[in-house]
Amino acid sequence: MMSLFLRDLKLSVRAGGGALIGVLFFMTVVAVVPFGVGPDLNLLSRIGPAIVWIGALLAALLGLDRLFQAERDDGSLDLILMQETPLALTVFVKCLAHWAGTGLPLVIASPLLSLFMNMNEVAIGAVMLTLLVGSPAITFIGAVGAAVAVALPRGGLLVSILVLPFTIPVLIFGVSATYAAVEDPAPFLPPFMILAALTLLFAALGPLAAAGALRQSSD
Amino acid sequence: MGLIAENLAARRGEDLLFVDISFSLDEGGALILTGANGSGKSTLLRVVAGLLRPDSGSVSYTPQGGGEARPAGEAAHYLGHRNAMKPELTVEENLSFWKDFLGDAGGGAGLCVGEAAETVGLGGIAHLPFGYLSAGQQRRFAFAKLLVAWRPVWILDEPTAALDAAADRMFASLVSGHLARGGIVLAATHQPLGLEGAKELRMKGFAGTPQDRAA
Amino acid sequence: MSTTSLVLNKVTGLANPTRFLALCRSILPWMSGITALLFAVGLYMSFSSTSDYQQGYTVRIMYVHVPAAWLAMMCYSVMAVSAIGTLVWRHPLADVSHKAAAPLGAAFTLISLITGSLWGKPMWGTWWVWDARLTSVFILFIMYLGLIALNRAMDEPAKAARVSAVLILVGFVNIPIIKFSVEWWNTLHQPASVVRMDGPTIDPSFLWPLLVMATAFTMLFFTLHIAAMRNEIWRRRVTSQRRMAARMAGREE
Repeated sequence: MMSLFLRDLKLSVRAGGGALIGVLFFMTVVAVVPFGVGPDLNLLSRIGPAIVWIGALLAALLGLDRLFQAERDDGSLDLILMQETPLALTVFVKCLAHWAGTGLPLVIASPLLSLFMNMNEVAIGAVMLTLLVGSPAITFIGAVGAAVAVALPRGGLLVSILVLPFTIPVLIFGVSATYAAVEDPAPFLPPFMILAALTLLFAALGPLAAAGALRQSSD
Repeated sequence: MGLIAENLAARRGEDLLFVDISFSLDEGGALILTGANGSGKSTLLRVVAGLLRPDSGSVSYTPQGGGEARPAGEAAHYLGHRNAMKPELTVEENLSFWKDFLGDAGGGAGLCVGEAAETVGLGGIAHLPFGYLSAGQQRRFAFAKLLVAWRPVWILDEPTAALDAAADRMFASLVSGHLARGGIVLAATHQPLGLEGAKELRMKGFAGTPQDRAA
Repeated sequence: MSTTSLVLNKVTGLANPTRFLALCRSILPWMSGITALLFAVGLYMSFSSTSDYQQGYTVRIMYVHVPAAWLAMMCYSVMAVSAIGTLVWRHPLADVSHKAAAPLGAAFTLISLITGSLWGKPMWGTWWVWDARLTSVFILFIMYLGLIALNRAMDEPAKAARVSAVLILVGFVNIPIIKFSVEWWNTLHQPASVVRMDGPTIDPSFLWPLLVMATAFTMLFFTLHIAAMRNEIWRRRVTSQRRMAARMAGREE
């Protein structure tokens, strides 16, 4: 399993991998917002956490469609399906590798983009922390969409459409935890704990559902 | 003992491709599937590998010297039309990944990556990215993948397409080596693999729609 | 007629990758030495210069910030010239040149952005504002990263070079926007004070260290650029050797 993790990580960093593209997309999405809403620093710092979260969400969805499709295209998926090891475990490891290759760079890039949004230090820390905890959930949910769309010739956009509704709770609690950290009266811990619970729930549920979908789609 | 398939039937869409296919293979046995395009050879192989659910019937593999019967797919290598190798990674990275990931099934041990590359006659270029190689070389390394992890059953779908005569011979020797070690080979092919004592199963294709069979 | 062809010969002779590598070997040590020397002098002058009565010691950030920003734009201009070389003369060395320059440009842009916000925090009270100058430089940074990603995403270097050359030329519109943004729009960023029609408005005690640092940065850029081009040529040779090795392995039997 370690070898699968390392292989997927290598693939995401090698030429044509998704790591750089995801971060670049994240930066572009966030950079576009001030053009739309105007360069008012107070406004930007108020909507900043939400913008950074939405940008990270969209960027995290970007490379997901290739998660299983690349394996299917070269026939590796057949071999993965045949193994004795539980398929859900394999999917779980693939998700972890995908997150480490594309999600983690987003978390690392988020403080920089938060500066562009004129957020203060507490808000920056909160965004980074909530993204660190919440972004794996996006990958785990996305794996289900990727597994469902694996047989489709151009699944890319469809995966995002399928997955986005399910990521809304993650977005809600991620952003509300961030705001709770900045604005005093609201407590930070409850929404943050719910966010962590969501990640754990999807970490268990996502691979199982994705494994089921993969078994159905083999032909 | 060995690989046993009973009363297999499978369909593509509404059409039954084959019905009532049964065979059993002992250690060292080989079965060659022949037949026209579309006669269901690939489908049968995928059913045996556990990648397609059969309409009816079952496939199981029982290891030599007793032990529990298990799904044949878990004891098998499947080599389809695609090589299951990543062009971005080097051949060595590809092979050692599959060696670690697949692991050895009971009753044997895989070769190390270097030996496997030597065996397919391309030991000198295993450090190159897989994508740099020609189609024939890529196919040879796909054979090397069969060697790095031990599986008693080899399921091969048109293994020698895109290969020249020398590679053909090399491949035939790999297969007979596997049989000599007590392996089982199940292959669909147009070309003769040069195996002596192999059984042959001729697929006729199109077993009729379900209505025909009911009538 | 004969003179032009002679000049052409000289230029194309220099542009031959093998000659280029030989040239690299002889001039790179000198260039690195000069760069190191200039930086030593420039940094000494920067640190010993008087501090500004308004800005205090933070004014010294300028000695890094301004040259880095100039270089960020010059690097793009070098890439644009190379891109023309790629599209018009289809010359492989031009491909190598703009591919090798992109990461350097991104680095210089990043340095100017970082030093800019380090200066902006105490002076303006914020790390970042979305004014015309800062935004256009940030867009330049994203364009550099996009070009790097494009080059990495394509297997075939010649094709990647042509596609990115088109993109570079399209993106060149950003350079005049960056340069004149402080004059066209009313921005927080101060207007140019060195390169002006009516002579520099900056005090000579600041101007000299700045000029030395700018020369040092320019030398640094060309040193790194030539080294990166040499590496890229080597990388391509290794790749073609490996492809050759794969072909030969098939022929032995």
